[in-house]
Amino acid sequence: MSKDNSQKSVQTTGHSWDGDLQEFNNPLPRWWLWAFYATIVFAVVYWFLYPTLPIGRDYTKGIGNEITYTTADGKTVTTHWNTRALFLKEKEEARKQQAQYLEKLAKVPYEAIAKDPELSAFALSRAKVLFADNCAACHQAGGDGVLGEYPNLLDDAWLWGGTYADIEQTIANGRTGMMPAWKGKLSEQEIEDVVEYVLSLSGEQVDAEKAARGKSVFMNNCAACHGQDGKGQKFLGAANLTDQIWTIAKVPLANSLDGKRNAVREVVENGKTRTMPAWKGRLSDTEIKILTFYVHELGGGQ
Amino acid sequence: MKHETIETNAGWLIVLTMIVISIGGLVEIIPLYFINNTVETVKVDGKETIRPYTALELRGRDIYMREGCYLCHSQMIRPFRDEDMRYGHYSLAAESQYDHPFQWGSKRTGPDLARVGGKYSNAWHFQHLMNPRSVVPESIMPNYPWLKEPLDYADIKDRMRALKAVGVPYSETSEEYQANVERFGKDVADQLNILKARENLIAQAGSGNYDGNPEDISEADALIAYLQVLGTMVDFSKFEEGYFAEFR
Repeated sequence: MSKDNSQKSVQTTGHSWDGDLQEFNNPLPRWWLWAFYATIVFAVVYWFLYPTLPIGRDYTKGIGNEITYTTADGKTVTTHWNTRALFLKEKEEARKQQAQYLEKLAKVPYEAIAKDPELSAFALSRAKVLFADNCAACHQAGGDGVLGEYPNLLDDAWLWGGTYADIEQTIANGRTGMMPAWKGKLSEQEIEDVVEYVLSLSGEQVDAEKAARGKSVFMNNCAACHGQDGKGQKFLGAANLTDQIWTIAKVPLANSLDGKRNAVREVVENGKTRTMPAWKGRLSDTEIKILTFYVHELGGGQ
Repeated sequence: MKHETIETNAGWLIVLTMIVISIGGLVEIIPLYFINNTVETVKVDGKETIRPYTALELRGRDIYMREGCYLCHSQMIRPFRDEDMRYGHYSLAAESQYDHPFQWGSKRTGPDLARVGGKYSNAWHFQHLMNPRSVVPESIMPNYPWLKEPLDYADIKDRMRALKAVGVPYSETSEEYQANVERFGKDVADQLNILKARENLIAQAGSGNYDGNPEDISEADALIAYLQVLGTMVDFSKFEEGYFAEFR
């Protein structure tokens, strides 16, 4: 241990360890000491202004530190300071700032939103955030979906209808689309034939003989949902099989006719159940309206 | 006792330091057990809507902890506007009252899960657990393919008894069952009956079919059942906007 140091004038505490280990007795710096006293004063003031001290089954609520906010249904509430009331006040302020748009959005029909550039700009920018938080997990950030799992929202094929009313219904209440599995219910040959027929509907060059046989299988089993003409029925979410848009069968990924056959066969044999969750309750009516408008804009809304 | 005695005796120093520090903690924590407003009252038509987990959800929660989900996912929505807009209504103390330990977490590498229940379909959850990047390309969450394995629920009754011992109202006697019927209604009380835990678990996994495979009861069945119930027990439309602020 160095005995030679420059602060010889400072007194030691008088302790001595191991013979020569000593401790200086430096007073605390004055600024530090006053800052310490200031924190004590701050704490005492805080006790009076904010909810702090427990008393029995209650607690002090703070004096002269109240928050007044207006709830969504227009009730004015004054309460002692607390973080939840503070949050409600912030919500109220945000509501006020966006009121001119939100109130108008809630009132006007969809067609009018599209015609009002300022209103539609507000709706679309709000919708992008809502879509990213709530819809993108399945339909992907751009809305192009995942083939076989989640529908593409960018094209103009709509399983459940592409009008504003249909889209709003889909978002608010959700949908469950169910294609039954036909393995075991149809024979091997029948499945092979109907696959051929389904591919012929969207203009593939297939075995005409099989397709002709497949047509009667289709009429007896598939037409109930997909329609006699194969164009689907939107109240069942049954897909249009006559366009070249595929939502469950991974036909677009196949690069040969046999690949396409296998893709359709997989769906016919195993079926597919897909669920769109209901958003009513999680999102407000206006938020659902904004999203409906956005989704309608994304693809070929009808 | 002289200051020098304490400073020169490590044992005394440790004991006394711990006493001083624990006083700080105790004066903050103990009153919370006595203040009426600590846990909110959440009742609709006289019944409590926040209930303990069913047998299947409970096993899901165990898997959630086993896999360390809480290291990247919080379950605590704070009363801030940005969190409200993204995740939904702020979390209530009442919503974690049957959680031992609570899963608030302290790190959001992934999103908060406090209200993830009902947000996505079961099929989405299963796909996402098996391979997160197949549905969220930018995700850094690991794959959990082993959740396809069968669920071990041999000890489900003991697990429920352990929670009962720390105050979760699962029932064993008929008096406890009746008390639960009063408190939560019959449907929920049936689910909280330890004696029927196995039957309930099998029935819920069968009817829920969370993993898309009706033949088995997999760990994914349990975990998804748990995820789908998170944050769904309070119907906030039944309460006025300022109701829960009155508890603070």
